[in-house]
Amino acid sequence: MSATSEPIVQMRGIVKRFPGVVANAGVDFDLMPGEVHALLGENGAGKTTLMNVLYGLHTPDAGEIRLRGRRVAFASANDAIAHGLGMVHQHFMLVNPFTVAENIVLGQRSRRGPLLEKRSVVYERLRALSEQYHLAIDPSAEVWTLSVGEQQRVEILKALYRGAEVLILDEPTAVLTPQEVEGLLQTLQQLTREGKSIVFISHKLGEVLAASDRITVLRDGKVVDTVRAHDTDQQALARMMVGRDVVLRVSKPPARPGEVLLSVQGVHALSDRGLPALRGVSFQVRAGEILGIAGVAGNGQSELEEVIAGLRRVTAGRIAICGHETANRRPAEVSRAGLAHIPSDRYRLGLLKDFPVAENLFLQRIGEPPFTRHGWLDQAIIQAAARELAAAYDVRTPSVAAHAGTLSGGNAQKMILARELARNPKVLLAAQPTRGLDVSAIEYVHRRLIEQRDKGVGIVLISTELDEILALSDRIAVMYEGEIVGMVDAEGADVNEIGLMMAGSKRQSREEAR
Amino acid sequence: MSEGDTVARPVAKRLALPSWLVAGGAPVAGALVGLAIGALLIRLTGADPLQAYATMVRGAFGGPRQITDTILKASPLLLVGLGLTAAFRARVWNIGGEGQYYMGALCGGIVALYCANWPRPLLLVTMLGAGVAGGMAWALVAAVLKVRRGMSEIISTLMLNYIAILFMQYMARGPLQEPGGYLPESAQFAASTRLPTLLGTRVHLGVLIAVLLVPLVYALLWSTPLGFRLRAVGSRESVARYAGISVEWAIVFALAFSGGLSGLAGIVEVSTLHTRLKAAISGGYGFSGILVALLGRMHPVGVAIASVFFAALIIGAQSMHVVSGLPDALANAVQALIVLCVLAADALARRRLNA
Amino acid sequence: MNWSLILNWAFVVALVTAGIRLAIPVLLAVLGETVTERAGVLNLGLEGVMAVGGVTGFLVAYLLQSGPLAAWSSWIGLLAGMAAGMLLGLILAVLSISLQADQVICGVTLVVFGQGLANYVYRQAFSSLTARVPGLPALPIPLLSRIPVLGEILFDHDATVYITFALVYLVWLFLFRTHWGLSIRAVGENPAAAETSGLNVSAIRYAATLIGTALAGLGGAVLTTIQLRMFREGITGGRGWIAVALVIFARWQPKLALVGALLFGLADSIQYRIQALSQVERGMGTIPYEFLLMLPYVLTLVVLLYRTGHSEAPAALGRAYDKSAD
Repeated sequence: MSATSEPIVQMRGIVKRFPGVVANAGVDFDLMPGEVHALLGENGAGKTTLMNVLYGLHTPDAGEIRLRGRRVAFASANDAIAHGLGMVHQHFMLVNPFTVAENIVLGQRSRRGPLLEKRSVVYERLRALSEQYHLAIDPSAEVWTLSVGEQQRVEILKALYRGAEVLILDEPTAVLTPQEVEGLLQTLQQLTREGKSIVFISHKLGEVLAASDRITVLRDGKVVDTVRAHDTDQQALARMMVGRDVVLRVSKPPARPGEVLLSVQGVHALSDRGLPALRGVSFQVRAGEILGIAGVAGNGQSELEEVIAGLRRVTAGRIAICGHETANRRPAEVSRAGLAHIPSDRYRLGLLKDFPVAENLFLQRIGEPPFTRHGWLDQAIIQAAARELAAAYDVRTPSVAAHAGTLSGGNAQKMILARELARNPKVLLAAQPTRGLDVSAIEYVHRRLIEQRDKGVGIVLISTELDEILALSDRIAVMYEGEIVGMVDAEGADVNEIGLMMAGSKRQSREEAR
Repeated sequence: MSEGDTVARPVAKRLALPSWLVAGGAPVAGALVGLAIGALLIRLTGADPLQAYATMVRGAFGGPRQITDTILKASPLLLVGLGLTAAFRARVWNIGGEGQYYMGALCGGIVALYCANWPRPLLLVTMLGAGVAGGMAWALVAAVLKVRRGMSEIISTLMLNYIAILFMQYMARGPLQEPGGYLPESAQFAASTRLPTLLGTRVHLGVLIAVLLVPLVYALLWSTPLGFRLRAVGSRESVARYAGISVEWAIVFALAFSGGLSGLAGIVEVSTLHTRLKAAISGGYGFSGILVALLGRMHPVGVAIASVFFAALIIGAQSMHVVSGLPDALANAVQALIVLCVLAADALARRRLNA
Repeated sequence: MNWSLILNWAFVVALVTAGIRLAIPVLLAVLGETVTERAGVLNLGLEGVMAVGGVTGFLVAYLLQSGPLAAWSSWIGLLAGMAAGMLLGLILAVLSISLQADQVICGVTLVVFGQGLANYVYRQAFSSLTARVPGLPALPIPLLSRIPVLGEILFDHDATVYITFALVYLVWLFLFRTHWGLSIRAVGENPAAAETSGLNVSAIRYAATLIGTALAGLGGAVLTTIQLRMFREGITGGRGWIAVALVIFARWQPKLALVGALLFGLADSIQYRIQALSQVERGMGTIPYEFLLMLPYVLTLVVLLYRTGHSEAPAALGRAYDKSAD
């Protein structure tokens, strides 16, 4: 931290409302020059909104912002960029078919009038920048070919190219391996050494403590406190974030696995782009156990999910559920074999927004008795059964006739859970089951998963949240680049070892894997 | 796209009004704005809009003869509109109503020309059935192209429109031409092919079929698993597919159903009004049917009201043409304008809700 | 059928020359729609835009042809056609960009509106259906047009043909070598990314739609004012729809658009020539002329059969961009 005591960014009394929610309810926030200041909070606490306000993407309903002591009001991201702010979003804002250089130059005037800047000039500037900040990148590469870590570097370079002095990073580590996270933290140090000031938005306690100088905790749109990193610890931060003591580990009775319910053998599959996404994946799941599949997003997890659910072709290998072959069968057949699926993409796969909750609750079965009689839908039965089911799974909605799109994320997920579990499955495939959920919904889902496990259901848990995997799984498989590179018991698992496997730096031999 | 549903209910809650009222509000508002702009256009040509509209209303509803004319005009619109309602609910954009209408007229017309001496009930059923089959088959060409080759049904049904109309022209001028005649038309259909009419009026069986289809299409869409599947595919195809619904069969059904109804409209019109096959047998019902389906919020009751409204516009514009010389092409423009206003009103309402 | 009438040089040259000319209106519309769709806006209303551009251009040229501006009447007509196209495009832009209504539905409705409006305006303005305009004189390029065969085919046209060819290159340059083009393509691929790069997605989409409909309106005006020199109901004959199909065929690239439009022009030209020939030679009517008229539409279907490369479409095509969506 530098010697000057004037904050470079000052936000006072920021209020921002969206229909139905107050995202920021009078927030004060300071950023000192040369510091790394973390914004910590749960999903929905208002961290991203606050920074979107700073970056000019939203206009605040009240409050003021000062930059280097002068009052500013940004009408757009352009304004903010012109004033030396740069933001790297959680979901990368890159144009995939464009090259790195084109992405970085996007939105900027060139010196050749309407014509684009000469490629060589841009490449030179980029090479200089990337050397200065140790951010290696190939300017001519098309973005879709880059790894996630490399794409993040492009985003950071983009901000630096425009002369950013203040960098806002929104959940930058969500998609990185533990080793890549290390690399990022080093980059942050380099940046502050060069005089940049950084805001680091996160919900990950460990990283926040490792990376920042100061930490501001937000909860429900208000600031709880601002502390120095070395004055606090994970428990204290967690308590501030949530308002109560959070159980960081789910207590569960030991597993008693039974027969094999799901068998995946040597499965190969291609991604949407025709590249190999699964390269010989094999594992088994037994009754009464939870197999957690860990890994950084983009290593084949969504393809694995789709292949098991019957949504993607298997080019080689076998999948069997309760003894029935299910590879390359339609989803309806797979579910008849005994699979229930909590999809990672709720709105693309899980529910129909414009249809009532009741009909969503019986989506796959609505054409069968008792919901259909003599070829006609029986609304009375559908409604009554829906009311019962919704109550059993704590789906909060004014009526089961309300459209599913009106449900909050947590309630929507509970609805999907209700639907899937009501079919009494043998195998449950849960992919990112708690993404975007608030703490109480997460606890509910976790409890239900353990409950199913104890009832003898075999559960495959695919999640990029390592904490969730560690808390729930009985065995942990690690995916890297389409293969299972390691399989360990959760009991006594070494997080470091798992992290190395997630990064592809370590691979179990045949003997080590069960 | 069931915007009516997603918008109407929350808006109704906010304003404490019954949701059907709100769902009907956008079309009414749109109709009024459209008529107002139409009045402007009329004024620009020097005529008096109020007088012009008065003439229109008289022309459409002035007496029993006029009302019958309007009903007769509304029935093909209603048939096409109902078919399209089912298709649009599945987000299958069948723009080929014209072509399917023509093919239905052609197939039914061939039965009319060559089977005229069959027992009447058999003749009529076969003729109408051929009409349905003709329209259905023509739409299925587009269905195959979409399901097997991923070709957008918008473009394929459109190209098939032009091809069908040209084919009818050829048939009327060539193989089916009236023997010994000079005009590019077929022989006149025998009297036995005329559809039975209701109690001495000119309202024929086709109208009855159209009216009966209103509750039937409603039941199909909201009370059967098939209708549920169509609407699910239209709501979010990926979810429907995942839930085990065959999206391909939904597309095929949507096209076949809407094609069949358009084909039925074709044979009904040809056998009752034109009584022979020729190149010009449609008042653009294929396209007007699209507008009727949209104005009617893709709901059978709305479509029924919209088809009467549009029929009144067309008939009224014709009489306006006779009386004050204004071209009846205005009606088409005003119809489309009304739908545009409705789309705008609906989109505005949705933004108010979300913003 | 007397093949010798067809398989001779003069016939082929005349065929190809006419084919190039006939391709121009469609080519203009395809170029315009390429720009619009590259920004992520699906404008299905081209048929209506061309009709409106056609009637406006014709009307303006007709009114001016005997006045003091007579020498410029055709050119002013073309400009008027562009403006009319842009007005219609504005309606689509407001509906689908600002109000975020469904682009498919708006486009189809716009077609009916545009055609109805064009017919209404024509009927109102012209009591007789035989109004004519002078069009533009042929403008053979000196020297180049003397080249045997190629000279006649490529360099002996009126000015609009040359301008359109130039536009093919200009649109390519615009889309791929200027920062405006980069911005447009970014908006069509990932509007959220464009927004955070400081671009105004709405404004860019509006601009792309207006450019697109200006070109389509110009295409309609060229058809009525320069080539056919008349107007009647349905004169656009599905060209607007064919243009939409050709954009897909051309993979949203201006250079391939040229190929597609030329194919269409050739089909149209073949159909005209063979019809004309079968009228000259009795007993040549083995192919009924209706089937010849079907040629462009069948060709469109065939061409699309082998070109369903939707993976090359701009990723955000057809989807409204909601700024406030988190």
